[in-house]
Amino acid sequence: MSQARLIWRKSLNAVMLTLTGVAAFGVVSILFLILGYLIWNGGRSLNFDFFTQLPKPVGETGGGMANAIVGSLKLLFLAALMGLPVGLLAGVYLAEFGGKMFTFVIRYTTDLLNGVPSIVIGIFAYTLLVLPVKHFSTLAGGLALAVMVVPITVRSTEEFLRAIPGSLREGAMALGASQWRTIATVVLPAASGGIITGMLLSLARVAGETAPLLFTAFSNRYWSPGWSQPIASLPVMIYTYAIAPYDDWHRQAWAAGLILLGLVLLANMGCRLVLNRRGMTRSV
Amino acid sequence: MASASQGNNATAAQFAHQMRVSEKTPAAAEKEASVRFEISDLNFYYGSKQAVFGLNLKIPKNKVTALIGPSGCGKSTFLRTLNRMNETIRNTRVAGHILLDGQNILEMDVVKLRRRVGMVFQRPNPFPKSIYDNVAYGLRINGYSGRLNDLVEHSLKRAALWDEVKDALHKSAFALSGGQQQRLCIARALAVDPEVLLLDEPCSALDPVTTAKIEELMFQLKDSCTMAIVTHNMQQAARASDFTAFMLDGKLIEHNETSKLFTTPQDPRTEAYITGRFG
Amino acid sequence: MSTTSTTLERAAPPGAGPRAFVQRLRQGDEVAHVITLVFAAAILLITSLLVYELWLQSHLSRAKFGWAFFWTSTWDPNADDFGALPFIYGTLVTSVVSLLIAVPLGLAAAIFLAELAPRKLSDGVAFLIDLLAAVPSVIYGLLGIFVVVPLMRTVIGPALKSVLGALPTFKGPNYGVGFLTAGIVLAIMVVPFIISVSREVLLTVPRDQREAALALGATRWEATWQVVVPWARTGIMGSIFLALARALGETMAVTMVIGNNPKVSASLFAPGYTIAAVIANEFTEATGDLYLSALIELGLVLFLMTFILNGLARLLIVATERGGGHPA
Repeated sequence: MSQARLIWRKSLNAVMLTLTGVAAFGVVSILFLILGYLIWNGGRSLNFDFFTQLPKPVGETGGGMANAIVGSLKLLFLAALMGLPVGLLAGVYLAEFGGKMFTFVIRYTTDLLNGVPSIVIGIFAYTLLVLPVKHFSTLAGGLALAVMVVPITVRSTEEFLRAIPGSLREGAMALGASQWRTIATVVLPAASGGIITGMLLSLARVAGETAPLLFTAFSNRYWSPGWSQPIASLPVMIYTYAIAPYDDWHRQAWAAGLILLGLVLLANMGCRLVLNRRGMTRSV
Repeated sequence: MASASQGNNATAAQFAHQMRVSEKTPAAAEKEASVRFEISDLNFYYGSKQAVFGLNLKIPKNKVTALIGPSGCGKSTFLRTLNRMNETIRNTRVAGHILLDGQNILEMDVVKLRRRVGMVFQRPNPFPKSIYDNVAYGLRINGYSGRLNDLVEHSLKRAALWDEVKDALHKSAFALSGGQQQRLCIARALAVDPEVLLLDEPCSALDPVTTAKIEELMFQLKDSCTMAIVTHNMQQAARASDFTAFMLDGKLIEHNETSKLFTTPQDPRTEAYITGRFG
Repeated sequence: MSTTSTTLERAAPPGAGPRAFVQRLRQGDEVAHVITLVFAAAILLITSLLVYELWLQSHLSRAKFGWAFFWTSTWDPNADDFGALPFIYGTLVTSVVSLLIAVPLGLAAAIFLAELAPRKLSDGVAFLIDLLAAVPSVIYGLLGIFVVVPLMRTVIGPALKSVLGALPTFKGPNYGVGFLTAGIVLAIMVVPFIISVSREVLLTVPRDQREAALALGATRWEATWQVVVPWARTGIMGSIFLALARALGETMAVTMVIGNNPKVSASLFAPGYTIAAVIANEFTEATGDLYLSALIELGLVLFLMTFILNGLARLLIVATERGGGHPA
């Protein structure tokens, strides 16, 4: 082996390894860039009005996004109400009761549903709840988000239930507990930490979704009482304001972006820290 | 190649060889076999925990030196300092002198060192490539391009694997049995023509028949390659090595020709270990 | 057999006794089994219903245009003439561009985190990168509009033009929006997935593989690139598929920076359109049933793309595990 070749190999080694470090550093910097930009631009525009006032008429400056904040909460509530029970119970089925063939089919379908682009899910909710009645509604938006919550919750519930060792189940059954009682009183409580954090993560995920709401919940510049009117939401407002030609609206879009990102990141960080501390694996 | 009869021949020759060697005094025998590795005052640390204490040893050229001792005595750690493999673990520190043919390996280029000092690991670890590509790997990274086929064949023959795989070189290495995989790893290590081969409990995951094959291999390779083998199996040390070093708690207790160490150990601890009173 | 009254009082009330008790136990199990089964089946129902609705509601468009929908490039709401080509093209181009940027970047970062960084640093950075994966699409869109687009117009575009301006992919006016911008924003969005999954897979490669390569005299890079990474290739391919699936369906960030022009163009600087973007922009404006039906048919096409991708990813995993794979 020639000296020249050795030098070449060593130089290549140094260069490539440095490049990988640069890449890692670069990606992390992007996160900080995003946060930095949002805090800088959004922070400047945040004020009390943002949280308490309704949007002003088009063209006027000022106003806030109080209705969008409440709207997002209402939509999340519906998504949780409709989606979490389905996800939880289906996850229990897959982990505890399932027969081989059916489990495979359900799991495959869940993965498939998980991979469906959110805008297509929006179309689905539209055809079910908007088309027949010819108006947008909070309920339609909630349904779209619920459909997205289901596969995420199924996966994490099943994963955490499976992680509970068989010895725990056997211990309960040896004492005479039936299968369902074992699940309800021993297995589920043991897995509850992970399952709940999984649920919170799924809600955090759909809280930031815009596409499925564009033609289900649509948007609203006023309060929308009840469940059958179109409703404003933070993500849709951000989108609408960002692409508009008014600087004031851009400002408000940054502010809303900061709030949305802050909440989503806080929820994610909190959940992942809890999971890490318990030593549980994460499913991205 | 009928391995059974070959095995018998090898064992017989081995035995005769050892008998010849034991007629000389230990110092003379050692001097006659010139020294490949000279280790002096070696201390090794994992973080703040010391694992090797003031080790002095000469590893003779073209002989097999066995390192024996109870679990945790530091023999594998010591072996791995000889090709600086411990540097892949964080927070380790080496102090002392290790001379390979007079050169301090700690000042040498590590890539060059590892070409000259090869290693075979405890569990067979072939790459997820074909048999051919496994053996050729070391050659390719070092830039040999021309006679790859010949060199691959030569290495496989040295590892006594050629006849078994010559018609299936393109097959995945994982198609081989455990024993064959280990011989493949030996062939892979031999391909770059190392001066020294370090073997870290190479037969611990293998059955007795394969173990015998590999010991036979070591006997045949000895003339062209110095070997140092860490082994848990004292019978293996007695069978397959020329010199044996006994380690305990990170220190070298005794080092002698194998037959001498096993028949007339100098240190009571050595005697206790080889008679099975502990270990 | 005692005949005292206490024994008679203790005689079994109706429905009690060991056999009935077990039956009740079993019924509880049965009920639980059925309830959970129903909810699991609900997933099947939802998915089938979704496909059904997509199929049904796209009927008008499918009937009128047939297969030609896939290669027609006109999109003219006024003349009620619709074709999917510009959108399929845009979706594919932006996704491919994003992968071309994200895969080398992501793999390099994953290698750094798995092989070179101390464990604590690696875990910490991985945590941050998982957070990046959680950032909502619309936020990336915000950054796209107000950061990437101006950058493209003032820095990246001119730089590319000065070096590679002769290529057809870099010709034409540069407004800041377009395929390349969308590709860059998408790349930033999918890179966390590639890093996260690849890093985890690389960490599972057995130590002695790397050590065997090093023991043969390989440099660290050679050991990593020629031995460790190939061992993990299935998982890494999986992460790329995951990233691609995300890129194909991504709506908001792309919509905000693609330029909304339903044309097939060779230049990456040209404004374009993706399936998701046109649905997002024009769905609520769709006058006429055919228009809406065409948009829903586009939704069906997008669904099929991700469905096929999902299937391919699974096939890949099965194939690598069966053929020359390794015991892992």
